[in-house]
Amino acid sequence: MAYLQLRGIEKFFGEHRAIKGIDLTIQQGEFIVFVGPSGCGKSTLLRLIAGLENIDGGSLMLDGRDITDQPSSKRDLAMVFQSYALYPHMSVYENMSFALKLAKVDPAIVREKVERAAAILNLTTYLQRTPKELSGGQRQRVAIGRAIVRAPKVFLFDEPLSNLDAALRGQTRVEIAKLHRDLGATTIYVTHDQVEAMTLADRVVVLRDGLIEQVGTPLELYDKPANQFVAQFIGTPQMNVVPLQQLPAPVQQQAPAGAAGGAIGLRPENIAVRSTGTTPVSGQVDLVEALGAETLIYVSTPGGAQFVSRQNDRTGLRAGDAVSLDIDASQAHWFDPAGHVVAGQGA
Amino acid sequence: MTTRRRSSYPLGLLALRTVAAWGVALLLFFPLAWLLLTAFKTELQAIAVPPQLFFIPTLENFHEVQERSDYLLYAKNSVITSVLSTVVGLMLAAPAAYAMAFFKGKYTKDILMWMLSTKMMPAVGALVPIYVLAQKSHLLDTQLVLIIVFALSNLPIMVWMLYSHFKDIPREILEAARMDGATLWQEVRLVLLPLGMGGLASTGLLCLVLSWNEAFWSLNLSAAKAGTLATLIASYSSPEGLFWAKLSAASLMAIAPIVVFGWFSQKQLVQGLTFGAVK
Amino acid sequence: MNRLLPRLLLTPAMATLFLWMIVPLVMTIYFSLIRYNLMQPDQTGFAGMENFEYFVTDPSFGTAVVNTLLLLGSVILITVVFGIAIALLINEPFAGRGIVRVLLISPFFVMPTVNALMWKNMMMNPIYGVLAQVWMFFGAQPVDWLTDLPLFSVIVMVSWQWLPFATLIFMTSLQSMNHEQLEASRMDGANYLQQLRYLYVPHLARSVAVVVMIELIFLLSIFAEIYTTTGGGPGDASTNVTFLIFKQALLNFDAGVASAGALFAVVLANIAAVFLIRMVGKNLDK
Repeated sequence: MAYLQLRGIEKFFGEHRAIKGIDLTIQQGEFIVFVGPSGCGKSTLLRLIAGLENIDGGSLMLDGRDITDQPSSKRDLAMVFQSYALYPHMSVYENMSFALKLAKVDPAIVREKVERAAAILNLTTYLQRTPKELSGGQRQRVAIGRAIVRAPKVFLFDEPLSNLDAALRGQTRVEIAKLHRDLGATTIYVTHDQVEAMTLADRVVVLRDGLIEQVGTPLELYDKPANQFVAQFIGTPQMNVVPLQQLPAPVQQQAPAGAAGGAIGLRPENIAVRSTGTTPVSGQVDLVEALGAETLIYVSTPGGAQFVSRQNDRTGLRAGDAVSLDIDASQAHWFDPAGHVVAGQGA
Repeated sequence: MTTRRRSSYPLGLLALRTVAAWGVALLLFFPLAWLLLTAFKTELQAIAVPPQLFFIPTLENFHEVQERSDYLLYAKNSVITSVLSTVVGLMLAAPAAYAMAFFKGKYTKDILMWMLSTKMMPAVGALVPIYVLAQKSHLLDTQLVLIIVFALSNLPIMVWMLYSHFKDIPREILEAARMDGATLWQEVRLVLLPLGMGGLASTGLLCLVLSWNEAFWSLNLSAAKAGTLATLIASYSSPEGLFWAKLSAASLMAIAPIVVFGWFSQKQLVQGLTFGAVK
Repeated sequence: MNRLLPRLLLTPAMATLFLWMIVPLVMTIYFSLIRYNLMQPDQTGFAGMENFEYFVTDPSFGTAVVNTLLLLGSVILITVVFGIAIALLINEPFAGRGIVRVLLISPFFVMPTVNALMWKNMMMNPIYGVLAQVWMFFGAQPVDWLTDLPLFSVIVMVSWQWLPFATLIFMTSLQSMNHEQLEASRMDGANYLQQLRYLYVPHLARSVAVVVMIELIFLLSIFAEIYTTTGGGPGDASTNVTFLIFKQALLNFDAGVASAGALFAVVLANIAAVFLIRMVGKNLDK
């Protein structure tokens, strides 16, 4: 049975239709990630679920209850804000116990719950401090602790890692994953970082312009993107998408009929750089990025196409060298002029 | 390279600057310093030629001012009108500022601008109607009319200041309270008020200063019964006999608390009187 | 989040401000068009433009307008020029800067009536006043400020009171200046005067505009100082438009003419106000 169900959710800001009709079913215990470019509506959608904005159309059901018109305070959801939104005039203990105090829970039970959450998050020694005495990482943990203490039906995270520095981000990402494994709580997590999406999610929801582009497990999205947008959004470096007419004829001929006038999509690891003259696709090296564990080679062809190739071996190639590209058509994605995936010979 | 901030100008220039700054400051402060001294002199010492710098201070002026002109009455009026007009002003301004800061709508900016424009009307423009209204409703020379006029004169400034203070409170903290299960009233009482207390206090302080010093309306609408200290001092403008020391004493008592308040409310003053145009 | 709540919260403030603005304005317009003397309230009747004519043809009108302009212009000039100078002077740290700041801003918080009488008696009195004594110390004849130079005396009093305001604003503005910009200019070889011209003055331009406009609006209503010292005189030498209106209203009790004058003052103030509002509006958008 669906735990959280969105049906036809719509949101208007004045005349602007920000959320254009979202249908989504989330099972209990799932870790769902909303991902997409700026302005796609992922944060708005999260806020609609949280009750911080009014739903203009459609319905929202949680555990069998219709919460579409319920105020936030009654939805039994907890949110971790991007800026943490800790209460600056309260101690860490008071921040974490605030919701329980409002619910008039017995102080002894409150103490027990807060201390348990603090132990999980390594906050026990900071319980009496105020937010301004804490570092960014510690504040973030307090924000998470505030949510854990309540044991809500769903956890909502709004880009929680974006204010942390890179090292802390990686570390905290792992901690959040472990937390989900231990607590098993239903979670909705918003981010613009597709690495977080790929590593944390049970399923990923890719959003653009207020609509869902695709829902699936991270690897489903990687291997079988439904359209060009998802294909290029997931995966770093970006998938190479090149208009068919910029390719030499032998490659063009391999395209399925529906892709006429469209483009080919190839992951960097599916393009190999070989010595010049060995394949029908010739090109010139623009740039070599040696990252240590892998090497990226940027190549442009006389037809005007630009490719990135990824390989594990080091290379002696330099900018200006002439090369050939080995394109594995069996791994290619074919797109029609509108960006939809076309079933092809290799797909 | 260390980042300790030192004045990177030569030492001689610093000394010159220090002397010049102190010189200007003392020069400008001099009239007040003189007032301070004169309050503790006898009348004869006050008009002595050449002016006396050293003398035995006396408190007789303060006593005399109290007895002669019922100083306490005017002081009480000043206190009551300033404090009550501030309270009334805050009670009107705070909800409005809250609404505009957290429920930003299409017309929020227009409303703020309109409030600003009502402050632009010179007081003299309303003199005749207000006087006539006060006269007709028998409110001339009452504390009530002053409270109302002070509160309304300062209302735009108060709304603006509270608005900008409330805007500085991150919206997400209030949303977090809502997610934690707080009703609107709990949100206001447990989160907004503690965080906004500083803004309320400094706005109130500014209003207090402005009301206390308000002379235009005090002089025109009040006299012997509800007159404020501004009115009292004005009555010294052509008395008989020697009065400088008493004037100084009365003036000192009238201005001291406000000047001290002013020292603590510099920032609010800048923000309030320029409607946030200068940060 | 219902829509009703914010509207309810706004209503008290907006309603009272609206009344505060509309009622006097409407009444003023009404009075300006009728014959209304407070001493003879039964004598009414439509007066058309009579009141305006009367106000404008009052022999003191021309003087009052000139005085108002002189007053505004001089105070603004003095406060801006010296305000900038002092703000620049104390912009860098030095010993006792905090105290100097406190001393400098004090005059602004002094009640206008105290301000006026303090100057009238202790400073400007031609025999016992401090200024007189200083003049005599240098062997010169003391000046009877309030009698011989009434408008100038008022200008001095008001400038003294408003200089701290301007200084404070400029100090605040200077502190928001970008230090790195100054350091870059020094590396580019600029001396202090060049820095003044190319960096400080443009940055201050905005706060100068604000100060000028705020002072235009508030200084139009200078009243207490004139009332307690010169009473507008001798004659009308130190009467400004506000005082003229006051005279008509509460000394001649002619509410009609006073109202006509008041409208005139309101129009004057609004001209300055339009610019200030636009400036503040731009700031709101940021």
